[in-house]
Amino acid sequence: MKLTLKIWRQKNATTKGELKTYPIDGVEGDMSFLEMLDVLNEGLINKGEEPVVFDHDCREGICGSCSLQINGEPHGPDRLVTTCQLHMRMFNDGDTIVIEPFRAKAFPVIKDLVVDRTAFDRIQQAGGYISVNTSGNTIDANTIPINKHDADESFNAATCIGCGACVAACKNASAMLFTSAKVSQFALLPQGRIEATERVLNMVAQMDKEGFGNCTNTGACEIECPKGISLENIARMNREYLSASLKG
Amino acid sequence: MSTLDSKIPKGPLADKWTKHKNDINLVNPANKRNIDVIVVGTGLAGGSAAATLAELGYNVKTFCYQDSPRRAHSIAAQGGINAAKNYQGDGDSNYRLFYDTVKGGDYRSREGNVYRLAEVSANIIDQCVAQGVPFAREYGGYLDNRSFGGVLVSRTFYAKGQTGQQLLLGAYSAMNRQINRGKITPYNRHEMLDLVIVDGKARGIIARNLVTGEIERHSAHAVVIASGGYGNVFYLSTNAMGSNVTASWKIHKRGAYFANPCYTQIHPTCIPVSGDHQSKLTLMSESLRNDGRIWVPKKKEDAEAIRQGKKKPKDLSEAERDYYLERRYPSFGNLVPRDVASRAAKERCDAGFGVNKTGQAVFLDFASAIQRYGKERAGIQGNHNPSDEEILKLGKQVIEEKYGNLFQMYEKIVDENPYETPMMIYPAVHYTMGGVWVDYNLQSTIPGCYVTGEANFSDHGANRLGASALMQGLADGYFVLPYTIGDYLSKDIKTGKIPTDTKEFDEAENKIRELLEKLINNKGTHSVDHFHKKLGHIMWNKCGMARNAEDLKSAMSEIRALREEFWKDVKIPGGMNEMNAELEKATRVADFLELGELFAKDALDRNESCGGHFREEYQTEEGEALRDDENFMYVAAWEYTGDPGNEVLHKEKLEYENIEVKSRSYK
Repeated sequence: MKLTLKIWRQKNATTKGELKTYPIDGVEGDMSFLEMLDVLNEGLINKGEEPVVFDHDCREGICGSCSLQINGEPHGPDRLVTTCQLHMRMFNDGDTIVIEPFRAKAFPVIKDLVVDRTAFDRIQQAGGYISVNTSGNTIDANTIPINKHDADESFNAATCIGCGACVAACKNASAMLFTSAKVSQFALLPQGRIEATERVLNMVAQMDKEGFGNCTNTGACEIECPKGISLENIARMNREYLSASLKG
Repeated sequence: MSTLDSKIPKGPLADKWTKHKNDINLVNPANKRNIDVIVVGTGLAGGSAAATLAELGYNVKTFCYQDSPRRAHSIAAQGGINAAKNYQGDGDSNYRLFYDTVKGGDYRSREGNVYRLAEVSANIIDQCVAQGVPFAREYGGYLDNRSFGGVLVSRTFYAKGQTGQQLLLGAYSAMNRQINRGKITPYNRHEMLDLVIVDGKARGIIARNLVTGEIERHSAHAVVIASGGYGNVFYLSTNAMGSNVTASWKIHKRGAYFANPCYTQIHPTCIPVSGDHQSKLTLMSESLRNDGRIWVPKKKEDAEAIRQGKKKPKDLSEAERDYYLERRYPSFGNLVPRDVASRAAKERCDAGFGVNKTGQAVFLDFASAIQRYGKERAGIQGNHNPSDEEILKLGKQVIEEKYGNLFQMYEKIVDENPYETPMMIYPAVHYTMGGVWVDYNLQSTIPGCYVTGEANFSDHGANRLGASALMQGLADGYFVLPYTIGDYLSKDIKTGKIPTDTKEFDEAENKIRELLEKLINNKGTHSVDHFHKKLGHIMWNKCGMARNAEDLKSAMSEIRALREEFWKDVKIPGGMNEMNAELEKATRVADFLELGELFAKDALDRNESCGGHFREEYQTEEGEALRDDENFMYVAAWEYTGDPGNEVLHKEKLEYENIEVKSRSYK
């Protein structure tokens, strides 16, 4: 395939960026989107130009590093995949593809397509844990049986990879899906109930402090989420938050 | 020649660890506040160690090259974590987990370390459940288990095909709690580039801030390396793109011995290579071998027809299929250990029975599991006379619940539906059993420099069993290191802060600056990847699943030549004082180009076959690995002398007092 790529180039956080056009030839359907960019970069290096920088690591859809806005959609046109698992067979010969970084006030651009997502880490640090010491001197794991349905729901919420697609998809750049996934994982488990009140209050407070927008229930986040994290988590977090606020 | 002391405590095997913990020195809580520890790497081994050390009261600094500790490659581990809980009542015990691990490692691991690992394994599960790790459960609410290769019990705990992710998020949450308390300072997007030694002790590191390019000095009373394995020396592997040997290699060059570099795990079930553009290989969890049956056609004509697309796997009747693992190893069948399964796949493909275009793939088939589960579930639902369609539907549902994300991943990459047609798989580089030599306390040959998880060599011998990497990483970080490092740090309570404005830090920083300047100013003609791919090619062809003396010798000289070419001709665009992905890759590949030569040397030196190390000259008539216990029952620990091709060998003799050393059979 022959493609035309329009890629956001930005030298650093303080310099203004712009879209630049790069033609590319010889793209195969079996290539992943990032392997296509590898080919582009190899060509740029050979020509003495600076390669396009983007975040990536595991390339199997689980680490949450990759983060491109492709033709306006986080992780591109396919569903339930990250960019590294997006394959070029989703595109046609002659296509023009616009590649930008995830856009949000809370995710400033570092360089080219790389953004700073440490706001997510800080939300987790505000309460995304159970306060148990790691000494191993806890009770036997089978002492607390957990209803399979709750355990599965908790797992489903816990599969969030923290990529930030939900924020990039949202017109308000809201981090509700991300935050609610962690709140839900613990809210559904008896171990997590003990600190549920403080957790939801602290995490939501941090989320607001980071400059993420409000949720207006458009559901774009759920559609673009590569792990299929459900909107139900947001509803659950709202309930948790309301009851915590009344207690507080 | 050898001065290696493994420091295994005396006494009966089952009492060693308890006795050792009672004997070692402790640091009082007030003094811990004056002691700093650096942890490099934030995967299961590093993340768990950082959280626990901080919780104990030490001041911890963590370093990772990723933008968040949560992205360390432990996250990609799929199938599960072993623990000798015996929840299934199927005869498991600490001893049996110990026995399976030593046997699985082909009698090349240390008894004392492995027993300790088995002993603390059960506690890991308790700890993780307390942290809110959502393991798979049965309908009664209790934890579920499955079985992995090389064992006859079900001791593997799991969270669908995302066990590593869930465990890592557990360790990350424990870290976050300590970051929130101010006890951990995380340095993300930072890469350790050298170790600083003061008066013979590890006292700090030189790191590069990958956003600004700044070279930074960080001091501490001890340094923990938990930076993972070196599988990317093969270029293509199941490792993450950034996984590298740099931290381990730099401490090696500063005096830490490197043990058994040639012990590499080639994982049998990965998605086959599709073309030259390939940047990495994707694992399909070993857990799939619980339900998937591996086969190739019995007749070469059928294999040929499948390769050309003239026949489909479904067209072949049962009688026309060769379930070669079930045929060769009736008692373990599809669940033989990884090294055995990988070699068997290679043997069939080399003999002309491969099933994809390149002839480098075998089938992993779920059809009979779908039937079995479908009938079972229909029965549970009260339908005792289900139609074929109902069976198929319910069976697929069960498979989806167990392996859903793996099947989805396969379909996205290969563009075929594995619920309908068998998966195609082939072995790929996955894990490195070799690593930095450590004693029982996980301390390297440099005082104050500890190495945990995949980065060390200690527990898996010449072959690791499935679901044991997660176990080891967390055991080291949560339950072993926090004790043993205290013994060392107890001598540092009066030392005070380690200054960074000293000649040792100057020397280390200047060396790194020179290295980076040299790379940037080289202005050669080829990219870093060009050299990395070439290195991978040499490694895979000559140091891969089957090795021989002649190939290994030529690998050594080819790698040496490639290294010289790299330093003459590599081209790095951009500058030093900015984010520069090519420069990051270059420092990593420069180290791989040195490690590769030592790897080949170690493989050449070990004139036997054991576990993942298979030398063609040493095999039984049936093609099984042939060990030479008389001459090679030792750990090969290499000392750097300025040239990776001329390192000095130190041997740590392995002694087995609690287990009978036998030839390994899974027949």
